[in-house]
Amino acid sequence: MNPGTASAGEPLPRAKTDWVPPLLVAGTALAGLAFIGSAPTWVTLTVAGLAMGLLIFIMASGLTLVFGLMDVMNFAHGLFIAVGAYIAVSVVRLFAPAAAADSFLANLGAIVPALLAAIAAAGLLGYCFERLVIRPVYGQHLKQILITTGGMIVAEQLMLVVWGPDMLPLARPQTLRGAFLIGDIALEKFRLAAVVVGLAVFAAMLLVLNRTKLGLLIRAGVENKEMVEAMGYRIRGLFVWVFVAGSALAGLGGALWGMYQESVTVLIGAHMMVLIFIVIIIGGLGSVGGCFVGALLVGLVANYVGYLSPKIALGSNILLMVAILLWRPQGLYPVGKS
Amino acid sequence: MAEPLLELAGVNTHIGHYHILQGVDFAVPRGGLTMLLGRNGAGKTTTLRTVLGLWQASAGAVRFEGREITRLATPAIASLGIAYVPESMGIFAGLTVAENLALAARNGAPEEARLQWIFRFFPALKKFWFLPAGLLSGGQKQMLAISRAIVEPRKLLLIDEPTKGLAPAIINNLIEAFTELKRTDTTILMVEQNFHAARMLGDAAVVMDSGRIVHSGTMRELAADEALQSRLLGLSLDVHA
Repeated sequence: MNPGTASAGEPLPRAKTDWVPPLLVAGTALAGLAFIGSAPTWVTLTVAGLAMGLLIFIMASGLTLVFGLMDVMNFAHGLFIAVGAYIAVSVVRLFAPAAAADSFLANLGAIVPALLAAIAAAGLLGYCFERLVIRPVYGQHLKQILITTGGMIVAEQLMLVVWGPDMLPLARPQTLRGAFLIGDIALEKFRLAAVVVGLAVFAAMLLVLNRTKLGLLIRAGVENKEMVEAMGYRIRGLFVWVFVAGSALAGLGGALWGMYQESVTVLIGAHMMVLIFIVIIIGGLGSVGGCFVGALLVGLVANYVGYLSPKIALGSNILLMVAILLWRPQGLYPVGKS
Repeated sequence: MAEPLLELAGVNTHIGHYHILQGVDFAVPRGGLTMLLGRNGAGKTTTLRTVLGLWQASAGAVRFEGREITRLATPAIASLGIAYVPESMGIFAGLTVAENLALAARNGAPEEARLQWIFRFFPALKKFWFLPAGLLSGGQKQMLAISRAIVEPRKLLLIDEPTKGLAPAIINNLIEAFTELKRTDTTILMVEQNFHAARMLGDAAVVMDSGRIVHSGTMRELAADEALQSRLLGLSLDVHA
C-alpha cells in the first residue's frame, strides 16, 4: 500500500515535522550553559536533567494516553508509581547479594527481576483499578477526580500497612553507583542508565504508536473514539490495555525513581504528580511526543534552576508551563479532538 | 417480497430529556440507494446514529438482515458490515491519508485493486497519501471519509450529508462516485439536504418530520411531484431550475 512508489514523477508530499519544541529543549540547554558558566557543571546538570526528564516521561507517558484516549482524570496515577517503587524495594532485598556484587551481570540479576516485578504489579493493580474504580465513572470528570483521589488515599494507607511508615532505602546496584569522571565532568552511572532506559521506552512507544495497527488505533482513539467504535473496534477493550500499560510504565518509572532517590516513602508517587501533570499539560494532552519533550524541558529546568536558585526550583516549572501555554495554549504538540 | 437489508420498527430515541425519534418505521431494500430526507431537526442524523448504536433506541427494533441489532454495541453493529460517514466526516486529522484508510480496512491492509478503484474517483487521495488528513481541504476530507467507508466491501453504508459545504464541482465528483458505487453490491442509506444530489442518486426516498416518517416511496415519484416536495421538504420551485 504505497502509491508513492507506484507513481512516476515527483515524490508525494509528506508532513513536515515541527522541530520547534525539540529546538526549545536545545535552546534551554544552551541558556543553561550561559547562566551556569562552568562547562563541567553544565554537563553534569544536563545529564542529571535529561535523566530526571526521561524518568518523568516513563511515569507520565501512560497518563497522557489515558487522559487523551478516554478523558479520564486519574489522580491516582501516583499510586502505581509508589507500588512500583515498593515492589522494587522488596525484590531488591530478596536479591540483595546480587545487587551488592561487583559484577554488572550479577547486578542485572537483581535489577531485572525488580523492574519486571514492579511492571507486573503496577500493571495488575492498574487492571483492577480500571475495573473497580474507573469504569463506573466514565465521562464524569468530577466523580473521576473524587474517586481516584479517594482510591489513592485508601491505597496509600494499605501500603503503609504492608511496608510500614518509615522511609525505606532502595540502594542502587553496586556497578551503577558512583560516577564516570571525565576531567572535571562527573557523570553519574545510574543517571546514564536512566537515560538509556528512558530513550528505549520512548523508542518502543514510537515504534508501537507509528508502526503497528494497535498504535494507529490508540492515536485515532485519542482524536475521536466514537469514530473508532463506528469502524468496528472496541475502544473500551483497547482502553483497558492502555490503562494497564500506562500503570505498568508508572510502576517501572517508580522503581527507577526510587533507585534514583535511593529511598522510598508512601508519598513518592504523590510527590511526582505535580511534575507529571505539568509535563502532560506542556506536551499536549494525549501526545506522547509532547510528553517526551515536555519531560526533558521540566528535567533540565528543574536541575538548572535548582543549581542556580534552589528556592524557586518547583516554581520554575510552573512558570515554564505558563510560558508554554501562553505560546501554545494546547501544549507543544496539540492533539486534535474531533 | 425480498427481505429488506435494514428495517426500523417503531424506533424511539431519547437524547437527554428530548424525545427525538418518535416511532420511526421504514425499510431499506437490498441494493440501491435510499435517501433519507427532511427539514433540519427532523431526526435524520439521529436515525443513522441509532441504527449504528451510537445512540441507543429507547423503544422499537432495528433489524439488519433479519437480525435484531437494537441492543448491540456500536463495534458489533459495524462488524456486521455497516460503515458510517458522519456529517462531521470523522476523519483522524493527525493520521495520514494512508493511515486513515489502513485503519478502516478491518481485514488486513487495503487491497491494491480496491485502492486504485478509489483513486479513480478521488485522485487527490493518492497525491496526498502521506499527508496528515487534517491538512486536506474540506472536499478532500469528505473524499477520504467516503473512501474509508468503501475501502473494503460493505453491506450497508450510512452516509450523512456528504455534499454539505462542498463546492459544486466537488459535489458533481461525489455524485459520479456514488453512481459508480451503486453499480456494486453495496446498499446505501444517505441523508441529504441537497435535493439536486438526492434526485440524481436516490432510488427510494424516505421523508422525516419531527421524528416520524411522513413519506415513503420512490425518488422518481418524489422528484416528479413538486407539490409533495413543497409540503414535505419546504422546497420551492427554484431547486428545479
